[in-house]
Parts: sequence; C-alpha cells; structure tokens
Amino acid sequence: MDVSFDAHPSTYRHWKTRIEGVIAWLVLDVDETGGIVPGYELKLNSYDLGVDIELYDATQRLRFEHPEVRVVVLTSGKDKVFCAGANIRMLAASTHEWKVNFCKFTNETRNAMEDSAGQAYLAAVNGSCAGGGYELALACEHILLVDDNSSAVSLPEVPLLGVLPGTGGLTRVVDKRRVRKDLADVFATRPDGVKGKTALRWRLVDELAQPRRFEEATRARAAELAARSTRPRDARGVELTPLDRDITADGIRYEHVTAEYDQATSAVTITVRAPRTPAPAALSGLDASFWPLAVTRELDDLILRLRTNQPTLGTWILRTSGDAELLDGYEKLLAGHRHHWLADEILRYHKRVLKRLDVTSRSLIAVIEPDSCCAGMLAELAFAADRQYMLDGPPVGDEDSPARASITLTDANFGLLPMGNGISRLESRFYGHTDHVEWLRKETGRPLSPAEADELGLVTDIPDDIDWADEIRIAIEGRAALSPDACTGLEANLRFAGPETTETRIFGRLSAWQNWIFNRPNASGDEGALRRYGTGQKAIFDRKRV
Amino acid sequence: MTTSINYEDKIPNNVDLSSDRGLQRALEGWQPKFMNWWGEMGPALETHGVYLRTAVSVGRDGWAHFDHVNVPDYRWGIFLAEPKPDRRIAFGEHKGQPVWQQVPGEYRADLQRLIVIQGDTEPASVEQQKLLGLTAPSLYDLRNLFQVNVEEGRHLWAMVYLLHAYFGREGREEAEALLVRNSGSPDSPRILGAFNEETADWLAFYMFTYFTDRDGKYQLGTLKESAFDPLSRTCEFMLKEEAHHMFVGTTGVDRVVARSAQLIREHDTLDIAKHGGIPLDIIQKYINFHYTVSLDLFGSETSTNAANYFTAGLKGRWMEERRKDDHQLTEHGIPLQRPNADGTWTNDELSALLALNLDLRGEYITDCQSGIKRWNKILAEAEIGFTFALPHVGFNRQVGMHSGFHITPDGSIVDAGSWREAAGKWLPTSEDLAFVRSLMHPVYEPGKIASWVAPPTNGINGKPFDYEYVYFH
Repeated sequence: MDVSFDAHPSTYRHWKTRIEGVIAWLVLDVDETGGIVPGYELKLNSYDLGVDIELYDATQRLRFEHPEVRVVVLTSGKDKVFCAGANIRMLAASTHEWKVNFCKFTNETRNAMEDSAGQAYLAAVNGSCAGGGYELALACEHILLVDDNSSAVSLPEVPLLGVLPGTGGLTRVVDKRRVRKDLADVFATRPDGVKGKTALRWRLVDELAQPRRFEEATRARAAELAARSTRPRDARGVELTPLDRDITADGIRYEHVTAEYDQATSAVTITVRAPRTPAPAALSGLDASFWPLAVTRELDDLILRLRTNQPTLGTWILRTSGDAELLDGYEKLLAGHRHHWLADEILRYHKRVLKRLDVTSRSLIAVIEPDSCCAGMLAELAFAADRQYMLDGPPVGDEDSPARASITLTDANFGLLPMGNGISRLESRFYGHTDHVEWLRKETGRPLSPAEADELGLVTDIPDDIDWADEIRIAIEGRAALSPDACTGLEANLRFAGPETTETRIFGRLSAWQNWIFNRPNASGDEGALRRYGTGQKAIFDRKRV
Repeated sequence: MTTSINYEDKIPNNVDLSSDRGLQRALEGWQPKFMNWWGEMGPALETHGVYLRTAVSVGRDGWAHFDHVNVPDYRWGIFLAEPKPDRRIAFGEHKGQPVWQQVPGEYRADLQRLIVIQGDTEPASVEQQKLLGLTAPSLYDLRNLFQVNVEEGRHLWAMVYLLHAYFGREGREEAEALLVRNSGSPDSPRILGAFNEETADWLAFYMFTYFTDRDGKYQLGTLKESAFDPLSRTCEFMLKEEAHHMFVGTTGVDRVVARSAQLIREHDTLDIAKHGGIPLDIIQKYINFHYTVSLDLFGSETSTNAANYFTAGLKGRWMEERRKDDHQLTEHGIPLQRPNADGTWTNDELSALLALNLDLRGEYITDCQSGIKRWNKILAEAEIGFTFALPHVGFNRQVGMHSGFHITPDGSIVDAGSWREAAGKWLPTSEDLAFVRSLMHPVYEPGKIASWVAPPTNGINGKPFDYEYVYFH
C-alpha cells in the first residue's frame, strides 16, 4: 500500500481546527477506528502516521494560509486525556523501517513546530499526557497543565516498553526545558509520571490551571504570546492547493520535480527544475504556483513518499536543470524581503525540506552536468549530497556543444538555509577551515568551471565526457553492493560535522540509540517489552548490560 | 505479632505504631487534615452520640465493641488482619515465592496507583452521603448510615497507612491528595465516575450499599490476594467492615420491598404511590440504574492493566487460592458475547489473562442475583405477581465494549432513538426521582419509621428497634 501525504482540513479524521482571530485551535480528537493501516485501534488519543500527516498539513496551512494567526493552541477534544502518544500496538505490529520512518516524520513535524515564524505553539494539556503526547507538548513554547489532582505528564517508554521516548522527549527535557538530569532520570523511569505542582517545580510544565479556570488561563496565555508576535495584521494568505502529480510504476512527475526509478540499481534519479519565467516584482498577490513555494512543496512530498513507499531505492541521484539567471531573480526577491512574512515562511520551509534530505537514510549522489542549474539554493541539493560528480566536458553524446557544467555560489549558500547543526552546508563541508569558507565567499556570483569547482573542493570528482557514464555507473553500482545499514550509519556520521544542537542530538544520538534498541530482543524479541505489551505477560530481559 | 488494638496511642492501631516514630509523626500530621475534611465533607446532621461499633481486636471473635460515640470523636485507626505464617504468592510469575513485606521497586508505581484508586473511593461515599442524615427514615437507619460513614473513613485510614508506611514522601503527598479531591468537585473530582454521582435519597443509599459497595467487596477481595502482604492484610480486615455495609443495603431494600408488598396487599393495587409507598416498578428502575453504574466500575472487558497486575502478583482473582488452575493463565481462553452494529451478538474467545475484569464481574453478577432472589421471595410470600430481575449486562453501560451500543434490559440491540424513547420505562425518570424524594421526611423519634419502609426485624447488637440509637441532646 502506498502512503499518501495529502491532507485537507475538510477530510481530517483526527483533528479539529478552528481559527478565532489571531488564535488557532488544533484540537486532537482521534478517531479510534481511523488507523492508517488496519490492525489496531487508536485509543486514548494515541496517534499513528495518519494522525501526524494531518497535524503536519494543519501546521503548514496555518503558516501559509493564515498569516493573521499568531498563536496555535494545541489541545485535546477528549475528556481527561490529552494524548497517549504513539500507538503501542501499531509500533509492535510495524516493521523496523516503518517505525523508524514514522519516528523521523513525527520528529520533523515537532521540529517544524519549533521553527515558528511568529506563530507560537501553546500546549493546553487538559488531561493525562503520556509519552509522545508529552513530547508533542514539549515541542510547544509553553505548556499549561490542568491541575485536577490527577492529570500527569509522563515519559513511560523505558519502564513500560523497553524503548526510548522517540520524539525528542529526553533531549528536550534537559536541553530545552533545562530539567536537572537526576530529576529527568526519575521522571523517565516512572510509568505514572509527574503531576501538578511537582511537574511545575521540576520545570516539566510552565503553568498550572484548575479545570474551571483552564480555558480562561489558556486564552490569557495565548493572548500574551500573540502580543509578542510579528505576524502581519492584514496580509492575505496563500492557499495550499492540491499538488499536481502523476504517479506511475516507474516514477513520479510533478510540475518542477521528477523522480525516475531504476529498480535494477536500487536507485532513483530526482530532477529539480529551475523556474521557467522571471520572478515577479513584488510578493503581493501570489498563489501556490509561485515557483519557490511550488518547488519546495513538490520536493517535500517526493522525499516523504520515497522514504515511506520506496524503501529499497537506496540511492538518490540528485539533478537540477534550467536557467540560473531566472533562479537568481527569485532568490534575490526572497532574500531582499526576508522580513516579509511570506518570504520568511518560504525560506524556512525550504530550509526544513533540505533538512529532511539531510536526515534521509539514502545515499545521496549529486550529478552536475551542462544542463544543470547548480546555483544558489539549488546548489544546496548538491552540498546536501554525500558525493558530487561534475562533468568536465561537453554534454555526453554532443561533442560539439559549447555547453559546460558550472556551479554558482550565492548568498543562499552561506547561512540562509542552515542545517540542523545550525551552520551552512558549506561550513559543515569545510568544518574547521574558516579561511576556506572565506575564500569561497569571495567566489560568489559567477559560474565556476569544473576545474575551479574541483580546486575549491566543491565536488568529489570531475570525470570527462569519455569516462562520465562509467564513473557514474560504478559509483551507483558500488553503492548498491554495500550493506544498506552500514551506509545509513556511515552517511549519518559524516553529514553532520561540527556543532551539536538539540536537533542533531534528536536525529543523531537519539535515533541511533532508538534504532539499536528497536532491534534488541529486550524490546522486539518474542519475549520483549514491545511484543509483550498489552498481553498481561511481563517482558523477559537479557540482564547483561552492553 | 501485633494483633491487639492499642487505643492508648493517639492513633489506635495494631501495627506497633509507637515503635516507628517517623511513621507515627507522619500519620499524626495527616490526622488533623483528615478531621478538617470530616468536618467539611462529613455528615451534615449534628448529633450527640451514635450507637457505633468499634473494632477492639482483629481476631475471629469479639472484635466489635458498641457504645454511643460522638461521631467526630470516633477512634479511626490502623487495623490489619493477623498475619498468616509462611504465606506464599498464589498466582502470577512469582507464584510460590514468599509474599513481600516491602514494596518491590519494580512494582512501586503500580501498587501506589492501585492503593490510591481504592483509597479515593472510600471518602467519596462519605461525601456522596453527606446530606442523607437530614432525611433518615428512623434512628436505626440513621445509626447505620453513620456506621457506614465512619467505616468508610476508617478504610481511608487503611489506605493512607499503606501510602505513608511504604511509599515515602510521594505516598504522603498522595495521601493528602485523597482529601483534596472531592466527590462532584468541578476542579478536583474523584477519580472514578460513579463516585461523583450524588446519593440523593435513601432508596438510592440502600441500592448504593447493595450494588456499589458490593463492587468494593470484590475489588478488596482481589487486593486481599496481593503478594504485597500489608495490602492483603489491610483488605482482609476491611472486608469484615464492608460486610456490614452490604447488610445495610440488602436489608434496606428488603424492608422497602416488604413495605411496598404490605401496602399492595392492604390497598389491593400496585399503584401505592398515593399511599406513601414506593411502587415496585420504581424499585426495579433503581436496581437497573445502580447495578449498571456499578458494572462500569469493573472496567473494560479486556484490560491490559488487570493482566499486568495479575502477572506481577499485585492483584489476584476472587478466591484465587480456591481455584483449580495453573494461576498463570497465559494459555487459557474464555468465551465472550460481543455486540455487533447489525444488532446481532458474536461469540468470541478471549485470553483469560486479558479478561480478568470480566472474571471478577461474573462473580459479582452471581452475587447480585442473590439479592434479587431474596426480594422476589418477599413478593412471592405476599403472593404478589411481580418479579424483579437484573437487566442484561450490556444495558445502560458507559464503559467497555457495550458502551456506544443501545441495549435493552432483555439484551436486544436497538437504535438510539428507540432506546431513548423507552428509557423512562427502564431507568428512574426525573418524576420518579422527585416522587421518591417527596417521601424523604426525617423520623428521629425512637421506635417510629417513615411510611415507605418497614422496620427491621432485628435491632443492632441485640437492642430493640425502639432503642435510642442516636442522641440529639
């Protein structure tokens, strides 16, 4: 079954959205029978990928369709339950790659909630809040907990399931909320969690309100958060219309992006096209067809679909095509209006999609040819890749053509679209060599030849037109021969040079540990905690510490 | 062994409290908070001495002492049943091992949760019955109400003792929270739904003590099997007190039925409302309501928690030790009838381990039948052609697999509209409740009784019915 990431508020099964002036309400009211795959019931407002796809859609629409919204209140539509987190029976029944993919997507959505351009998230926790439910609250700026002497926040994964809170819970508790590590240890080993005043004292929540005052307190806090926002009062939003795509057995085609599968080499060639028309003069009156927004949405959708639906296509060959000058016009428009809400949202969105690429467990190989448009923001695709091959010579099969491949660096390559580690892809590439980055900065704004790109360290190799086909074929076939697990580990280690941030810790350390634990018999063996959960039988652990 | 109850201490006990200064100080710190709670949430009616029973020892005989006591001066305390030498865990994965005298770290959170939930129900019923003294049908009944109330208070003490003695500072915080939550409070309600409903009239009180306290009996019965020995011994003694509450319920309904039967015979009509009696169909509606609300207290038919508690040895089955099976249940299955949207029933097989709530509910239902039999016998002896019945287990349920279906008392699955239309025939209507409430006039004169209920056949502790059970001066 292919998973679609399309959603629209009119078809949500699990969320109710309501906009009241500057405040948007996202109310989680999960339909128990609405799991994305059969075999489990989503009890107690627990979620699966389908619930999160709707959440992601809702957050995107709030950003683009509702510039007037300054605060998003996340709360539950159920009595006494905020959210019980990821559905355990779903996790227990899922394949390893499904679990990992699901965690990745939920993490990306939580991170995106924190990357808010003037739309602050407020968690109005109106009932018990466990595991991923608390992690959802942790991704918000402010956590208001109902003080009814029974509602608690908890991270019960370790004691109940033998796994970790997989959506940044441990990291955010100490990194973001600055909870003391000993208290965090106590908290994360108690299946029943912590409620009321203790939760407040330990900094697990920011505020308490009694049930009768709860809505009033929520509104007061929302109003205060709204007052801090810089969102425009009278802007018109951009409606996120359905994506136009054509799916066949051999690939997916969007307007600006195409993907072609090659099952024989376990590879997919992804081509991203530069704009075909000049940029408009201003940011007013635009719709979803505006190239930077359209191309970002298509790339986002493609990455999600390939990750979920094509797990064996292990190598992604990244190509670009089109006119660098037209592209530059769009970049200048966005960069020149960085404080305009729409430009800001599009740049943030593009940044997040590139981050999705950074954390994708596929081998990424950039191919730069004469018809490529490896410039500015599209060059980031190449710098996100594990390797870059640039053709030094005429186009293959057209010896007489004067066309040559080039790379053009722009301001977009120096901090406009940072990675999860907080620095640009070029800074990560030349980590510890600030003089080199300074040198590159001086080379911005002109097309660099293959020889120059090679000298500047921007590419892995520059085969000529005689060797090109073989070199690329060998690179792809070589990749296909390696252990996919080892490649995942190798790439994840190499991609994130430099500083650690909350985000890299979540995606690096946490995912690595969770991946390991998900494979351990203590969690997923026949007598493991995930398998035994819900049977009434206790897990049997191998007591050796490794 | 510490079996005789020490009434010299500030807190009566048979756990040698004076040798544990820390625990004693903790409980003495909680005591005034309990008294404040009793003052605010306890009985609204002021009296000067009620003929109450107080435990003097926990042994088989002579454990009760009767005297007039000013209710707030009742000596609440900590009484555990006698320990059984070499008691062994009877079920679950620790079966055969010695029982625990301390809380194992692994089960600390689960045990604490079980004790808090049980503890939360005890003061709740006192709060629910706060106003009943104002409309007592006789001094005898008033005395029984207060006996039930003080013993519920004592059961709270029992749970609080466990929290204080075995769960550290958190236990003390939970013990305090038991007084902060109040029945029906909008900000801080009791944990279980049934304990936030009000007990508005005496027929409801008899029904509550028959049906809802009987749920308590079965819950305590499962905790009595616990591998955590102090919990087991506490519950064993609580069960002795609980028996009286059910006696109040059983004989209370007996007496209402007997009085109604008498009025039916006297006036030769089932319509005895105008003669100051409660018509049999209203009694049946009360049975339907209180029985079904109490069934909800058993939780869902399948329960992972109950299964986990069983495997861990925290909570057993009713009469666990008398059952003839492997006491592990990992391989067993039991049948279950499940309702379908098309109005039919499906027979399913469930893992016995996951169906422990169902097992306990089955025991409870069998027990409830005995009350129905009693009450029907009264009608039969009066030669009245009417019989009471327990409704189908799926009727009027808010918890478990029947919730969301509309099931009639005879077990037919119907649509929401038909059910709502007929609901007034099955459950007390607001007119029924108003009528019963209209009969609730206090009778505080020794030997006198309200029109709608028969006097008891025996008084308390050999005293006659016209004994002055409650002093007002």
